[in-house]
Amino acid sequence: MAVLDQAQKLTIAMPKGRIFEEAVHFLQQAGLEVTAELQESRKLIIPVENASLEFILAKPTDVPTYVEYGVADVGVVGKDVLLEEERDVYELLDLKIGYCRMMVAGLPDWKPVEAPRVATKYPKIASRYFREQGQQVEVIKLNGSVELAPIIGLADRIVDIVSTGRTLRENGLVELEHICEITTRLIANRASYRMKSEAVDDICNKFLQVIPNSN
Amino acid sequence: MAKPLGFEKPLGMRDILPESLAKQRRLERALRACIEPWGYEEISTPSLEYYDTVGVASATLTDRMFRLLDKQGHTVVLRPDMTTPIARVVSSLYKDVPFPIRLYYQANVFRAQEKEAGRNAEFYQTGIELIGDASEDADAEAIALAVFCLRAAGVETFRIAIGHVDFADGLLEEEIADEEVREQFRKYLYERDFVGYRHLLSSLEIGSDGKQRLEMLLRLRGGKSKIAEARKLTDNGKARRAVETVASLWDALEAYGVTEDLLLDFNLVSNLNYYTGVVFEGYAADLGTPLLGGGRYDHLLAQFGRPAPATGFAIKMDRLMQVTPEIVNREKANVLLCYTANQRRAALAEAQLLRKDGLVVVTRLVKGQAEVEAGRRDARFARVICMLDE
Repeated sequence: MAVLDQAQKLTIAMPKGRIFEEAVHFLQQAGLEVTAELQESRKLIIPVENASLEFILAKPTDVPTYVEYGVADVGVVGKDVLLEEERDVYELLDLKIGYCRMMVAGLPDWKPVEAPRVATKYPKIASRYFREQGQQVEVIKLNGSVELAPIIGLADRIVDIVSTGRTLRENGLVELEHICEITTRLIANRASYRMKSEAVDDICNKFLQVIPNSN
Repeated sequence: MAKPLGFEKPLGMRDILPESLAKQRRLERALRACIEPWGYEEISTPSLEYYDTVGVASATLTDRMFRLLDKQGHTVVLRPDMTTPIARVVSSLYKDVPFPIRLYYQANVFRAQEKEAGRNAEFYQTGIELIGDASEDADAEAIALAVFCLRAAGVETFRIAIGHVDFADGLLEEEIADEEVREQFRKYLYERDFVGYRHLLSSLEIGSDGKQRLEMLLRLRGGKSKIAEARKLTDNGKARRAVETVASLWDALEAYGVTEDLLLDFNLVSNLNYYTGVVFEGYAADLGTPLLGGGRYDHLLAQFGRPAPATGFAIKMDRLMQVTPEIVNREKANVLLCYTANQRRAALAEAQLLRKDGLVVVTRLVKGQAEVEAGRRDARFARVICMLDE
């Protein structure tokens, strides 16, 4: 039995940053033994005693990579990252936390120009969206402070996630177009989904108990 | 593109050094020894094929093929798989050979990679094709042989997931009239996006009964009991026939005694529009990606003019290498035989004698003791024999 438990041990990749606290709270509600260590830890790998679990704390954009390569069996990650990274993983559950919107935003007096520049941390999502809209744009990849781009004249518009809209307002930007809704998802590695099907099903069922109006 | 550095290779191409190659060859021998007693004969086909024949018929997407022009200006491809060339042979050179035909191969195939610069674009595969037998026992033979191959290779923990493409298809046809919507569901299954599948399902205007059935599809993964659960979801038609095929397939696999390594998975979708029946994928512990894939492809042979049902599988050798034990490092019994020009005749004759005795003998013409000493310091040789001038 002990051998079997080992074979079904799950490694979970958790995203540091925006959705981390909400995700940890979610795990606790689902009855997973999440120690205070996980919440305050500077460590990157945290085993959970008496539970056949292990956590890896990762940069959110790396979570799907870890899961695709199987160094983590499952992962908790925002749909924004999944859309941008296009990794080959199972997207099992919508945890309905970490809610935000993927938006096109700009200055209120923005006027269409012939080949507008769009600054974003999500070049693939932005390119795909504008292509589908039949608009020609030049996408500029930034790694942070995207809101700054229209103010300093680097770009005409931005594509970014917006939750309360406060950052946009503080920078004098307005939401122009709505691309899609973003929530946090549970993803699984292709092989783990089969090799550890019992453990993956178990965690799914625990999560389902916590997800509001889940089906 | 910048001019390649002197030692650079085209993207995704890899050298295989002696130690790994020795392991690969050992695995290939083990697989060959496992496959041949089942009546499969080895076949080899060209590395280059016409795009218009094999390229078009292949399940591999065109943008993942290496395409080039031959001297006459025809587009040719580096073979993206072995199944399609074998279908070509069976329909041409082998057209008078009666079905069923059993062939196997150990060959390299080529697929260009989009992501991650280092991913390999040339794969070595060992695979089998069983052509001209539509029965579930043919599917069972392919799956059982896959299990025996993985065991023979020494893979400790593995599972083969089995599905049937008609089950999801049939279920969708029963519940949804609009083909475009069905296509969207199939796309979500193919992309393994269950969240998207559920969102689409909840937006659909069909009865709650139907919704529940389509939701259940995502959960039909497990042991034999899933067959009964799948039966409950459909009364007749395509999906029901698929369940019954899987049921008698499972019976056959029980007869082979391999079901402990199997997992039923009714939402397994391997390759859109290629497989036509039972499909399967093999996974090993601590390997993030499948190491084996296969299934029934009843439409391929018709593209070469000899319609026939067929099934088969391919094992990816590079992944098999990752989950099989290393070769125990045997004591190197290599002998270095140093000789001077005067002793050449006697030395080379002696080397031949030692080789006949089973030793690995390397000969070296030397001028003096210094070179002999260098040989003694060389870790590749267990022993140095000298035949020098007195």
